[in-house]
Amino acid sequence: MYVMIREVEGSLYKLKYIRDEGRKIAIETIKEIGKPQSDPTAKVDRFLEYFTITPQSLDPAGVIGKLEHILDVRDTRFKDDVKLMAPATDKTQVNNLENTLEAAMALNFIYKVIRHFYLLGKKTLSLYIIMQIQMILPLVMREAEAYASALKAFADGQPIGDGAGALVAARLTYGHPTRNIAKDCVAATVPMEGRTAYVIKAEGPGGNVGKPGDAIKTIIDENEGKIATIIMVDAALKLEGEEVGEVAEGVGAAIGGPGVDQFKIEESILKYHIPINAVIIKEDIGDAVSPMRKEIFDAVDKAIERIRQVILEKTKEGDNVIVAGVGNTIGIGQ
Amino acid sequence: MSKTSSSATTRISSFVLLVIFITLALSLTALILAVSAFSSNEMAAYYLLLIGFLGAAMSTYVLLQTRKRIKRLSIAAPSITTTIECRKCGFKNVREFERGDYIFKEVDPCQKCNEKMLITAIYREVKEKRKRTPF
Repeated sequence: MYVMIREVEGSLYKLKYIRDEGRKIAIETIKEIGKPQSDPTAKVDRFLEYFTITPQSLDPAGVIGKLEHILDVRDTRFKDDVKLMAPATDKTQVNNLENTLEAAMALNFIYKVIRHFYLLGKKTLSLYIIMQIQMILPLVMREAEAYASALKAFADGQPIGDGAGALVAARLTYGHPTRNIAKDCVAATVPMEGRTAYVIKAEGPGGNVGKPGDAIKTIIDENEGKIATIIMVDAALKLEGEEVGEVAEGVGAAIGGPGVDQFKIEESILKYHIPINAVIIKEDIGDAVSPMRKEIFDAVDKAIERIRQVILEKTKEGDNVIVAGVGNTIGIGQ
Repeated sequence: MSKTSSSATTRISSFVLLVIFITLALSLTALILAVSAFSSNEMAAYYLLLIGFLGAAMSTYVLLQTRKRIKRLSIAAPSITTTIECRKCGFKNVREFERGDYIFKEVDPCQKCNEKMLITAIYREVKEKRKRTPF
């Protein structure tokens, strides 16, 4: 038990260091970009303690709508607070600072949870409390290190691994006029292999995932359900042993997050029985939130080639298709 | 979240330092005693020599290990490359990432044809050691 406590204690020191560094980076970035009139430290500390209460799901009917509303309120609140902390920022910088603070918030939360179990274990001298935290410690540390590297990327507005899907969409839309289709989402009509492709992505270059669920629904409704297929492109977690940047293909709505957008997409396609395909670019948790690796950047070309193949094989000339590039579009324009 | 918390994590505990230095001092005393004991009691001198060497080696090792642990506590900032291309003549420029860069951002005119250049890639290169595994 003593050995386990020592191990958790060592990791806790590291987590504390990472958490403090994260807070420092966030404050420095706000001071540098936001040019605040007063010291933002107190506001940042208050922000790091924010929490979100998810809706009650004892009666699950309508819970998605409630969850979406809570998440919208949270997003608006975060953006307003960032704007108050850093008044001299534009939309892109507000998004990037929000992402930076969210990463710092995640690090603060991880540190506090591990500290809680460590102190509780010491207080109760319970082997099982210490043991359960010691067993998951390598995975927790991996996640904390990933967030630590994300902080700098978010602060500087560098593209991250999660943006692979957004980069695929950006490559397809570049040179074509885009329009706002849903909140923080843009779409472009792109001719591809004799078909009309509606390419969707979150509005860049600020850190943003948009609302691809609403965007897909809007395009389906605009075309009265006459969509031959939907292709979703996203970064996905790889298993150990798989290569970073491997491209794989499947079916279903390739989208992560709390599930609101996935639900909306599945509802929309069910109404018109539209087939849905997915192309994923594999990476691990560390790669997903840290600056984009060359292997992932290179995989974008392979993913575009796969999309073209799917379009050729599953649709015919003159059809309408939707290509949705899912992910955080930080550092990626359109 | 106090202001002193970041320095506390990077500092070695003063108690540990005290123990290390006391051990080191006792070891040195043992070595000195060993030298003076050689003429009177050779056996005791050898024991003192052994204790002195072991103590000195152990405390130095612990001290070095603690320093190593502090060094490891740092967030590494990887080097990020920005590739700028001219869409007209194909001229390419690769430089370090600068804040404000983003993919598909139009930047300075091309040195060759004066056309606006475009940021086409931003990425980091990771040199991974391949571990040999049959799977």
